[in-house]
Amino acid sequence: MEKKSKELEKQLSTSTQGQKTDDKSHFETIEDGNKKKMDEKILSKSVKSDQADKTPADDDVTSKKKIAKLSSDSVNVFYGEKKVIDDVSIQIYPNTVTAFIGPSGCGKSTFLRLFNRMNDYIDTFRMEGLIRVDEKDIYQSDVHVEELRKQVGMVFQKPNPFPKSIYENVAYGLKIQGIRDKSTLDEAVENSLKASALWNEVKDNLQQSALALSGGQQQRLCIARTLAVKPSVILMDEPASALDPIATAKIEELIHQLKDNYTIVIVTHNMQQAGRVSDRTAFFYLGKLIEYSKTKKLFTSPDEEMTENYITGRFG
Amino acid sequence: MSDLKQTNLERELKALKKDIIQMMDLVANQMERAEKAFIDQDIALAKEVHHVEKRVDAADLSIDKECENLIALYNPVASDLRLILASTKIISHLERVGDHADKIARYVRKKQVKRAYPKDLLKQVKLAEMFDLALEMLEIATQAFIEEDSGLAREVFAKDISMNEIYGSAISRMHGYASQKDPKVDLLLYLFSVINKLERVGDLAKNIAEETIFYLEARILKHRKVKDLKKLL
Repeated sequence: MEKKSKELEKQLSTSTQGQKTDDKSHFETIEDGNKKKMDEKILSKSVKSDQADKTPADDDVTSKKKIAKLSSDSVNVFYGEKKVIDDVSIQIYPNTVTAFIGPSGCGKSTFLRLFNRMNDYIDTFRMEGLIRVDEKDIYQSDVHVEELRKQVGMVFQKPNPFPKSIYENVAYGLKIQGIRDKSTLDEAVENSLKASALWNEVKDNLQQSALALSGGQQQRLCIARTLAVKPSVILMDEPASALDPIATAKIEELIHQLKDNYTIVIVTHNMQQAGRVSDRTAFFYLGKLIEYSKTKKLFTSPDEEMTENYITGRFG
Repeated sequence: MSDLKQTNLERELKALKKDIIQMMDLVANQMERAEKAFIDQDIALAKEVHHVEKRVDAADLSIDKECENLIALYNPVASDLRLILASTKIISHLERVGDHADKIARYVRKKQVKRAYPKDLLKQVKLAEMFDLALEMLEIATQAFIEEDSGLAREVFAKDISMNEIYGSAISRMHGYASQKDPKVDLLLYLFSVINKLERVGDLAKNIAEETIFYLEARILKHRKVKDLKKLL
């Protein structure tokens, strides 16, 4: 019973967050004096790791967008005694798609879930180090997890629409925020469904049950549900692994389109998919971040032999 | 990480390499025969060069298809992809070396004129030396590919510099010969063409070495000037 209620709480707080407000102060934390130094340290690290594959596109990332949207600094994660993330520091820039790849159990999904505190539901979870969203440490005690999850939405491997109508699914997050004005809801539902490239397929059947949609449509509906609460970051945990190639292509196309307005992090087992959709790729192995660079660089001439062996299928 | 077993793609890539090495041998063999046929004006041998040319063309088409299939079916990345990309270019360079050998032999096959190239002129332009150097460059490039040795591949660059020097001096020697009284212009033109082709073969061997380095080190060296390549030696 307790487990069930936890599950429900998890679903409500991740998939259907309330409308984003301008007030980010809910999860802002007290700045400490070392923060600036720490940021400089992280930035200099990242620039250094980028030097090997410097291109004009990279300059774009490092100059115009040098303030990371998401970052981690020396993060360790434990499940009980077991260390599952080992000293990971990374900078993820705004309006980019970043792919996390690595064999099963390498910690990529665990690491992804750190950014909207989804691991908090695991009893034995313990973390060391810093995770920042918009430069704010999100693991401070005064951070409101619900507010955080409005800003950092998540899409899961298996489409998980509620057993309600298409309209209700998308409007759900807004409704639990207390928004009742029909025209506001209608507009939000339409915009979200358009942004998730589902509008044309469902506009005449908005009252139809979401469960009647195909798997690919359900996944796009879940993306629409995430978009409705206006996040700035979307975390995707293998969003297309349960879909056929056509539905997968639609999700990938959608990711391309969403990049203009969102920062996207995608965990995928499909390396071709990582190559197709992402700007940067991070390769994880046994909880460590082995290599993080431009996707083109990582898939053509990786710096690390371990990366080379993994992406060429020589181990895994 | 420790479980390094051979994948299907690895087996396919091994087969690809084997096919390329065979093509390299065929082309080297063609060049050797072209040299002998030209120096000795041996028409029968010149015909053999033409027969080998057909096999070289067939290998070119077949390896090209092999590469296309590998890309379509295996989605190769990193060094696997580089090997396949390098292979498509290497076979194209080899095919052109084969063409040059065939054309050199074609001059011998044309029976209309008995070509009595003045021996002293052949010596002055260092024709035999150019043939040998071109063959040596091909051999080194082949060996570098077989042994996956980028250091060895770089040796081809030094040889190319020597080749260009010999070529430059050959041209001025021929110029000198042409200004003599009653030069045999038709022979001079044939010889000039052969020397040009040998210089091109040297360039193509250098290109093959560059592709091997691209495969092994992910470094792109093509279109660099000779003086820049000197720095890389």
